Amino acid sequence: MMKNRQHIKWGFLFFFLPVVLWLFLLIVLPHIELLRLSFTKANTGKFTLDNYMAFFEEPIYWLTFVRTAGYSIIVTFLVMVISLPVSFYISKIVKERMTGVLMILILVPFWVSELIRVYGWMILLRESGVLNHFFVSIGLFKEPVEMLYNDITMIMGLVYTSMLFMVVPVIGVMDDLDNSLIEAAYDLGASKISIWRTIIIPHCASGLVNGGIIVFMLVLGSYLTPNLMGGKNSLWFTEQIYNQIILYFNWNQGAAFGFLLLALSSLIIWVMLKLTRQNLKEVVT
Amino acid sequence: MDSALSVQEVTKRFGDFTAVDQVSFDVEDGKFFSILGPSGCGKTTLLRMIAGFYKPDGGTILFNGKNMDGVAPNKRPVNLVFQNLALFPMMNVHENIAFGLRRRGEKGPGVDKKVRDLLERIGLPESGKKQISQLSGGQKQRIAIARCLIMEPSVLLLDEPLGALDAKLREHMKVELKRLQSQVGTTFVYITHDQSEAMVMSDTVAVMNNGHFEQIGAPQELYHEPKSSFVAQFVGNNNKLRVKLHSDPSGNIIARYADRYDLKLAQRVDVSNENEEYDLFIRPEAIIINPREGKEHFQNLPVEVTSILFDGGNSRLLVSPLGTEEELVVALPQTREYDHIRSKDRIQVGWDLNKTVCFKRSDWKLYDEE
Repeated sequence: MMKNRQHIKWGFLFFFLPVVLWLFLLIVLPHIELLRLSFTKANTGKFTLDNYMAFFEEPIYWLTFVRTAGYSIIVTFLVMVISLPVSFYISKIVKERMTGVLMILILVPFWVSELIRVYGWMILLRESGVLNHFFVSIGLFKEPVEMLYNDITMIMGLVYTSMLFMVVPVIGVMDDLDNSLIEAAYDLGASKISIWRTIIIPHCASGLVNGGIIVFMLVLGSYLTPNLMGGKNSLWFTEQIYNQIILYFNWNQGAAFGFLLLALSSLIIWVMLKLTRQNLKEVVT
Repeated sequence: MDSALSVQEVTKRFGDFTAVDQVSFDVEDGKFFSILGPSGCGKTTLLRMIAGFYKPDGGTILFNGKNMDGVAPNKRPVNLVFQNLALFPMMNVHENIAFGLRRRGEKGPGVDKKVRDLLERIGLPESGKKQISQLSGGQKQRIAIARCLIMEPSVLLLDEPLGALDAKLREHMKVELKRLQSQVGTTFVYITHDQSEAMVMSDTVAVMNNGHFEQIGAPQELYHEPKSSFVAQFVGNNNKLRVKLHSDPSGNIIARYADRYDLKLAQRVDVSNENEEYDLFIRPEAIIINPREGKEHFQNLPVEVTSILFDGGNSRLLVSPLGTEEELVVALPQTREYDHIRSKDRIQVGWDLNKTVCFKRSDWKLYDEE
């Protein structure tokens, strides 16, 4: 008996220790250091609130911050709206054989790095790009138009890059939806819209919130896509952090921005869970 | 007056397979109509066509004389109780029952009152606030039916709703369902593979096999006067004797059984081909133990008792005609008159000639107990 218990403890430790080390060394420790940095002055190392004050005093900072938050919510919402019919199609409408093929088609682009995918978009959309060339040649445009570097293109890019993280959990819950529930609702006089509203979306709520949290966090913290597709016209808050740390070498200011972003994402996810009456524990499991 | 439901020569094909083949029937208003058949006979397909989920490849379906061709399920005056009940787990009992009314645009206290009245009528007055997962099997059953009844459909379709229940509850629900139907007076179309369910509850039963109806009639009619070998075997218990027919010099038809017994037949059957194989059916309760000698229109058979199956009022004797390996089931009335019978006893059994039916062996399809 004793021996057995000892055995279990060693096994537990064997798997538990790497997790603890990983969490502590790579996440907790750096964050403690960043937190300390964010409250200290760059040269003297004395305690200060200046780094946080700078955020509120300089409109470009908090405007970027609000923009980033707003667009992240819009992107998350758009991804939800698009992924619902996509998941429904893959999970319920096509034949079983096709489900796997379509899932792979969704996954394949994600085997390529985000950078390459964004460059793909740029080749399509830029002034000398494929689309412009095509539209000019058929006479739709008189001269090439710059389609990159605006908010709409950037949002499209963000929706595209985060789609997978919504579709996969939503298909997961959609598969569990008993087809006869949809038929029963239809039989009881429900229109297609009210079947979606009363049966399908409530059933998929946990998957939607699950995907929503992932997508929101990814979008809020993304750097490549807003930088390359939005350019200088569409500033993203991560670019401000990058600028502080890499360009101005002001780690203290960058750290403060980083914590503001962390606070923002935690707050919005908390509000989202409250609004949808979901429990974080239920959503992630 | 138009029938509540009229199905006329409805056909459904899936590729090369014909699931429902030119089926026609009418159900009068307020009746309990059952479609009885083994799994895979096409009864669910037929029901789904009536509900509107499948489009028939031919024929018409009418409700109260109105053609339903091209009418979507949500626009039909018919509701379906699903095999797995399909209650909405994201709603409580009250919301489940009110679902149809809400979709119809009804609002306010009227809906609440209707739901409460109905809950009371099905004997679950306090369960409006309950979640679906808190209900027992029988309660779910009743909620699923209530959810459809509140729509006041002209026809209620039920797709083997008792299938998931355990045997005891099923017996109880049979009676309950029949009572509910006569109480609300809605036309029920019930499909099942369980002949006892169909017989206990229905005014009319249609026996379905291989995509078409073998026979439509009252349960008693199907039981006593089956029109086909399939009906004889599928409805109730029956003894099947493999025989060949010929006629004797005086014109009587004789069934030769096990190459040793000549059994008289009352039924007029075509005996032009003496090699054609036939099945002779005799109900267990039609066989009389130790019949009095010398009755007319009567056939005796000497048998050996192989075993006695005591089951109260449902007790049976297993007997084997002398010189054969075959086994017949004989009802054993518990009147204490037959208490002396023991295993291995040799006794006489017999039956009234009018109580047997005979069908060509080559006519039965798909279903055989062997």
